[in-house]
Amino acid sequence: MTANVGGTARIERRFAQLAKENRAGLVTYVMAGDPDLDTATAILEGLPSAGADIIELGIPFTDPMADGLAIQVSGLRALKAGVTVHRVLDAVSRFRRKDSNTPLVLMGYYNPIYAFGPSRFLESAKEAGVDGLIIVDLPPEEDAELCLPALEAGLSFVRLATPTTDDSRLPRVLHNTSGFVYYVSVTGITGAAIPDLSLVTSAVERLKRHTSLPVAVGFGIKTPEQAAAIARGADGAVVGSALVTTISENLDADGRAGNGLVDALLTRVQDLADSVHHARKAGPTS
Amino acid sequence: MTSVSEIPNTYRAGPDEEGRFGIYGGRFVAETLMPLILDLEAAYDTAKNDPEFQAELAHFNRHYAGRPSPLYFAERLTKHLGGAQIYLKRDELNHTGSHKINNCIGQILLARRMGKTRIIAETGAGQHGVAAATVAARFGFPCTVYMGVVDIERQQPNVFRMKLLGAEVVPVTSGSRTLKDAMNEALRDWVTNVESTFYIIGTVAGPHPYPEMVRDFQSVIGIEAREQVQAAEDRLPDTLVACVGGGSNAMGLFYPFLNDDGVEIFGVEAAGRGIDTGEHAASLTAGRPGVLHGNRTYLLQDEDGQIVEAHSISAGLDYPGIGPEHAWLKDAGRATYVPITDAEALEAFQLCSRVEGIIPALEPAHALAHVMKIAPERSSDHIILMNMCGRGDKDIFTVADALGVGM
Repeated sequence: MTANVGGTARIERRFAQLAKENRAGLVTYVMAGDPDLDTATAILEGLPSAGADIIELGIPFTDPMADGLAIQVSGLRALKAGVTVHRVLDAVSRFRRKDSNTPLVLMGYYNPIYAFGPSRFLESAKEAGVDGLIIVDLPPEEDAELCLPALEAGLSFVRLATPTTDDSRLPRVLHNTSGFVYYVSVTGITGAAIPDLSLVTSAVERLKRHTSLPVAVGFGIKTPEQAAAIARGADGAVVGSALVTTISENLDADGRAGNGLVDALLTRVQDLADSVHHARKAGPTS
Repeated sequence: MTSVSEIPNTYRAGPDEEGRFGIYGGRFVAETLMPLILDLEAAYDTAKNDPEFQAELAHFNRHYAGRPSPLYFAERLTKHLGGAQIYLKRDELNHTGSHKINNCIGQILLARRMGKTRIIAETGAGQHGVAAATVAARFGFPCTVYMGVVDIERQQPNVFRMKLLGAEVVPVTSGSRTLKDAMNEALRDWVTNVESTFYIIGTVAGPHPYPEMVRDFQSVIGIEAREQVQAAEDRLPDTLVACVGGGSNAMGLFYPFLNDDGVEIFGVEAAGRGIDTGEHAASLTAGRPGVLHGNRTYLLQDEDGQIVEAHSISAGLDYPGIGPEHAWLKDAGRATYVPITDAEALEAFQLCSRVEGIIPALEPAHALAHVMKIAPERSSDHIILMNMCGRGDKDIFTVADALGVGM
């Protein structure tokens, strides 16, 4: 693998391709190792052919302060299954042996990375085939911790912009962002109430006045219809809690993966992908 | 070896502009909260330099909280232990029964200045929840308090108090269902209601400016104690002792004395069932630096950076972190942090009740247990000043249970 294939370059190439096809991308979030290591591997490997354009893979943390219940319990399942930062990176390495085109971004909180050692982490992540990082509790004020070293290592540091990020603050938030910008559609936690779509549309327009980077929108997108509405204006629609909930719904009484879990999840991804990919051609459905 | 240039000429300069005490502190929060944290910092900077705000604060401290709290010479305890003279700073006599009111008055006055319309708080023992609910009632704010179900179980009287005061108490069932999880849940509420809501954090932790702000509001303890001990003894104490959970009462006592070289400082952590059992809350003794709840500090965590559940008989100390300024004072060697077990605290709880007629909260009972260890070793001209930061009415059921007494 040459140096300019992975990292930020892989994300840029994917968004360029999407722009060329005049369609938005589906960004899927699942937690590494949820509900168990083998099932999670099957899910991860099935995502690209189910239609995921970009994969966000969660690093579990005991205290996810910006996450709603769905992702909280998903993280606890993963921790119970023995997931560590090492195992998250192993999962990425295995995925990369089968897929070298789909961008993969790790998403989580800083402490597990801090405990691993930031520079060792960046080196291992790059080697494993990680392309970018979304670290919820590292705002621009803490850029020296991980953001700047990540950029130096050729990894994207994808920043969250939120409804509270006003015009005077946006430049600071966008300054060291690369790959894409993640717009958080609600002031709230993941899996929150359905966003007001018209507000999201104008927020995406506002962001685009400030940056030429692609904008993906997430938090609160659950149905194919919502994803399609987002996909008309944004470059990507992120679905997380809804997928994680599909995992929860397909566990047996003892919390183990049921037979149909992987199929149910990938079918859900396929529905979302169809909707996102055809959103601009189909026009408003409502 | 530390070079001369690395020894600070003051221990009272922190935090810096980034909210750091050395490597500790900072602002590790989600972007949604960041603009608000910056607003809060600006509002607090203005308020603290505004004589009108300071006068308002002094007024409510005096007429509502009942400050100054007495500095009391514990004559019988001194005699019983047979060594150093023991003074108790009686912050358990404050309105609501602990030092928590000092901080809540300050923060509610700030919330009012900022035009916020709703108060949220987290609580462990319920003392901070009660203090927050109290000031919310006094100033006419709706108030929601997050409390772990484990703590609700062991602090029933405070739960009822909060409800009487008109607060909504939300049981937290996630994680270890104690203070850490209550704080997670309060942060999730804040992210969701960021425009309307003021989050009254109860300790010297969280993102900057909370550690500084809460310390400043609690410093009234140390400022008073410093004057009172000089009035009584015409000199400074030799030793300060306070318990640390998040560390707000301790920071409040220690801060005004930090540059007094001759004053030895002890923070007392909860060692639970013993440090070697793993069931404790001694983050400074047995933890290592990490990032949680908006700041870098010493945390109880496993190898992979996952937060480990704390344990203490005292709900107020049952937290896997510690305020960042304490982390810095430990590394700088200015303060010494020592562990005290549940059993030692229970013994101190009973001794203080019998010998001084003061039923302490289980939190300061930890501090007292350390006083019991060191006082006999010190001479009779040695002065120990301990912060009695809360009263024990709330703990009598827990203590009865631990002593095997049916109630």
